[in-house]
Amino acid sequence: MPTPEHGDANAVRIGVYICHCGTNIAGTVDVHAVAEHAGTLPGVVVAREYKYMCSDPGQELIKADIREHRLDRIVVASCSPHLHEKTFRGAVADGGVNPFHFQMVNIREHVSWVHPDKRAGTEKADALVRAAVSRVRHHKPLETRRVPVRSDVLVVGGGIAGIHAALTLADAGKHVTLVEREPTIGGHMAMFDKTFPTLDCAACILTPKMTAVKAHPNITLWAYAEVQAVSGYVGNFTVTVKRKPRYVRDDVCVGCQECIDACVYKVGKEPDAFNLGMSKRKPIYLPFPQAVPQVVTIDPESCIEFKSGKCKKTCVEACADRHAIDFTQQERIETIEVGTILLTTGFKVFDAKRLPSYGYGTYPNVYTALEVERLLNASGPTAGEMVLRDGRTPRTVGIIHCIGSRDEHTNKHCSRVCCMYALKLAHLVQERTGAEVYDFYIDMRTPGKGFEEFYNRVAEEGVHFIRGKVADVYPTAEQDGRLILQAEDTLLGNVRRIPVDMVILAVGLEAQADAEDVRRTFNITCGTGGWFTERHPKLAPVATFTDGVWIAGACQGPKDIPDTVAQAGAAAGEALALINAGHIELEPNTAYIVAADCSGCKTCVPMCPYKAIGFDAEQGKAAINEVLCKGCGTCVSVCPSGSARQNLFEDDEIYAEIGGVLAHA
Amino acid sequence: MPETTTGSAAAAERFEPRIVAFFCNWCTYLAADLAGTTRLKYAPNIRVVRVMCSGRIDPQFVLDAFAKGADGVLIGGCHPGDCHYESGNYKTLRRFQLLRRTLRALGIEDDRFRLEWLSASEAEPLKTVVNDMVEKVRALGPLHLEVPAEAFAAEGEEVAAR
Amino acid sequence: MTAKPKIAFYWCASCGGCEEAVVDLAEQVLDVVAAVDIVFWPCAMDFKRHDVEAMADGSIAATFVNGAVRTTEQEEMAHLLRRKSRVLVAFGACSQLGGIPGLANLSDTASVLATAYRTSPSTVNPDGVLPQRHTVDGGHALGLPGLYETVRTLDQVTDVDYYLPGCAPTPKLIAAAVQALLTGALPAKGSVLAPDIALCDECARKASKPDALALAAFKRPSEVVLNEEECLLAQGVLCMGPATRGGCEAACVQGNMPCTGCSGPTSRVRDQGAKALSGFASLVASNDAAEIERITGAIADPVGTLYRYALPASLLRRRRVAVS
Repeated sequence: MPTPEHGDANAVRIGVYICHCGTNIAGTVDVHAVAEHAGTLPGVVVAREYKYMCSDPGQELIKADIREHRLDRIVVASCSPHLHEKTFRGAVADGGVNPFHFQMVNIREHVSWVHPDKRAGTEKADALVRAAVSRVRHHKPLETRRVPVRSDVLVVGGGIAGIHAALTLADAGKHVTLVEREPTIGGHMAMFDKTFPTLDCAACILTPKMTAVKAHPNITLWAYAEVQAVSGYVGNFTVTVKRKPRYVRDDVCVGCQECIDACVYKVGKEPDAFNLGMSKRKPIYLPFPQAVPQVVTIDPESCIEFKSGKCKKTCVEACADRHAIDFTQQERIETIEVGTILLTTGFKVFDAKRLPSYGYGTYPNVYTALEVERLLNASGPTAGEMVLRDGRTPRTVGIIHCIGSRDEHTNKHCSRVCCMYALKLAHLVQERTGAEVYDFYIDMRTPGKGFEEFYNRVAEEGVHFIRGKVADVYPTAEQDGRLILQAEDTLLGNVRRIPVDMVILAVGLEAQADAEDVRRTFNITCGTGGWFTERHPKLAPVATFTDGVWIAGACQGPKDIPDTVAQAGAAAGEALALINAGHIELEPNTAYIVAADCSGCKTCVPMCPYKAIGFDAEQGKAAINEVLCKGCGTCVSVCPSGSARQNLFEDDEIYAEIGGVLAHA
Repeated sequence: MPETTTGSAAAAERFEPRIVAFFCNWCTYLAADLAGTTRLKYAPNIRVVRVMCSGRIDPQFVLDAFAKGADGVLIGGCHPGDCHYESGNYKTLRRFQLLRRTLRALGIEDDRFRLEWLSASEAEPLKTVVNDMVEKVRALGPLHLEVPAEAFAAEGEEVAAR
Repeated sequence: MTAKPKIAFYWCASCGGCEEAVVDLAEQVLDVVAAVDIVFWPCAMDFKRHDVEAMADGSIAATFVNGAVRTTEQEEMAHLLRRKSRVLVAFGACSQLGGIPGLANLSDTASVLATAYRTSPSTVNPDGVLPQRHTVDGGHALGLPGLYETVRTLDQVTDVDYYLPGCAPTPKLIAAAVQALLTGALPAKGSVLAPDIALCDECARKASKPDALALAAFKRPSEVVLNEEECLLAQGVLCMGPATRGGCEAACVQGNMPCTGCSGPTSRVRDQGAKALSGFASLVASNDAAEIERITGAIADPVGTLYRYALPASLLRRRRVAVS
């Protein structure tokens, strides 16, 4: 039936293209039969099959047919529209037809790859193609929307990923706000002693970058702060940030640390988080000497002034006329406007207490690898001296790989960095103490530049490698503090029991405990285990499904420093590309209300989470602000009189699709 | 007269239900994409209609699918709290129960109309849901809702002959 | 002398209210009678079916049929009148949408008859006699029309040119329709002869509706003392106004009763009940499944509430009939 608004829908000239995708589709779908079936459908002028529709010749095929057969509607049945919808819309537009006179059919992810039965798969492909053909005849010409992009960027998380991304963007002249929840930036990398495989000192390569962040005119650093809420959309985000009170004015404190020396506590009493509780700190502290910003922080939980109000406040005296200490400081809520957001929120290490058989938390001589990093570090609890809790130097050390990784009961994933850092620790421990080192591994995974060479080097240095999973850790009969590591040596085929002075657990990497909350705040997705999901595992590894939000580093999955920095650079580059374009093209799938049809019942108004629907009391009509509309279509489905509509998802288009999938061939 | 077979065991074995699945673009559609990428295998009985948000799924679409011959309708959206559009899936949830009760009053069993929250990473649960629904609808038998004109003619003759 | 246009009225499954509505034109009815020649109106004038059969095809200018179609006789008359008329108007909710008789589609014929003739409390029928298609009484063969399982709208039986909505259509809408017919100023075929905009547009209480309504409870009109000026939906009462075509000037709401949807949906809606459901349920003030179930559970009879007039015209048309 002719619809006056769209012209005569029957007069359309549709071209249908069935992609083989090599054998990906053609292997389990009879593409020839599907094309033949498509050719019989009303309005279809051309129906073809082709090996690779996304290739240049494939796209040329469409363009040539548009010219030759005067096509005005195109259907391509190939892969997911999430992959190639843009490609084909481009080809359709190049051919001179409105790019939204196009419908894509997913017969690969949704058919050929999931249904091995060729008959059933072909039947389903037929149904989906029918649906698209009957839908596309209703398509209206549309235009993409252009939205300007603010040049300011938010980077969340001040580890090496956030630092690198912030510096890259700032060097390109963009203003960056870097938000870090700890009192200092630096992240996990700041805790390490050396980095594999080159053994360069972590602090030596990291601290210049940290200082550069602080000094950069284009970077606003808010450490000890957390993002509370994000609203808006790509190009125009509004972000509220909670800045926690340090009780020290960051604009005045110079980091001289005289207040720390002056504190009424002569020695620290609080477990020092930066040293993983292996040392104590005072209520007023700087996490580590190279902390950035160089601003001390007061912990109100342990500070006498906060607990009793009766402290002599020797810290205030020490600060003298700088007056940096301010016990009245309050939490501050700041609101910033940015165009793009980079999430570099990192990881947490696996809690070894979850696997009691390794004795962590039970036997004092069982350490996690991260604790050993601190023990080896010159600014660590032992000033770099590799000694046990009782002060002895270990003479034998066992390292156990894959703690909380590659295990059905904890995490199935490989944490990617443990083999390499275990080798690094083996080398360092042997170098510093001369101890015999026994390294228990399941598989030695060293796929990186210089990694296998490093393994060979450590092996040549005399570290004993035992291929086998440690089943048990228990004290020696002598009760001398030594522990026996029992494992089946899968190369020798016997059970080994090796007494050691110290056990190092190569704990795996996990997503941050609050990854779920962060993900919700930024409206992105998490996969299993809480790692943030990239837009495409290969082709868009740092983009997310939320336009304008990128992820980089270990928040996306376990990775080492080089990969983290590479991702951070990539994310910064992609954000820069968008900022430099100055605008983004948005899908035209916005909702709209036909004013003449609207009765003003207001049902739609509270449906919109973006407050895009306004009510004009004078006219008695609702209207949608297209700029604010994100195109979910919820208001359309609720409009009781059918007066709200959605571009690209019009009622008649969806009805046609439903009819198409259900029509009998 | 519109007829419904309540599914004899023999017929059920041969019956291939047709299920229309309305999936949101950001979660469940992607879960189905992931099922493909990871080559999971599941029943070929569902036909996916993509919408940007489950909130776009007008109850009319569900009824239309049944009226046009679907034996079941599956709605897939993001988990509560995870909607790409903040709260569209809550609107879906608010409508779902009343719609299901309405369908029940119209003789359409609960198992024929499902709402499932499936995130972009939940390919395996998607497979389970689809297979489970196909089996349950298969057990219920065809819906046969069409009221063709011939049925009235036949009924007219039958009534006239009484 | 030019002959006056011939007009016919017919009554299918309905209550008679639509016939009353014609009379409700009051003095205007005289103008109508003067302008036309009524050739068939079983309710008011003594014409028989054979009189209609004797007319030439297309000789009636316009026939107004009220009531739904559920008997063989109604179906036959619908076809007959269609053939004889140049314009066929579905008059009133039952003819347009199925109406109240259409709720019989929630049931089957056997149980409808059993309720009506045997089990209803007011029925006295000790022998359990049911209407018979054919009976012989005192040597005379008597017949009754056959009863269909499914109540249908007029346009599900035959081609309809126009629809006059309402239970019953208001005198104003009738007068306007007759005027349009007489002057030939008719809209496109298939049109509903009423504004294509929902009732809220013409409701006097529109301005009192809050911009962001959230419904924490659904109430029946009998459960609340209704404010006479405030939007009824805002008072928690299911008013079908947002999902119902206007044109009646919100007569029920003026009487402090909610709209029950008799004028059917706008042209843009395929299923009035589903759209009403979508609007109402989406406004429920909760995101918690159990709480939502509790709130919407107060709508005890969703089909009877949301499809009071439009079940046969809905996408599913009727309750599914299970046949063993």
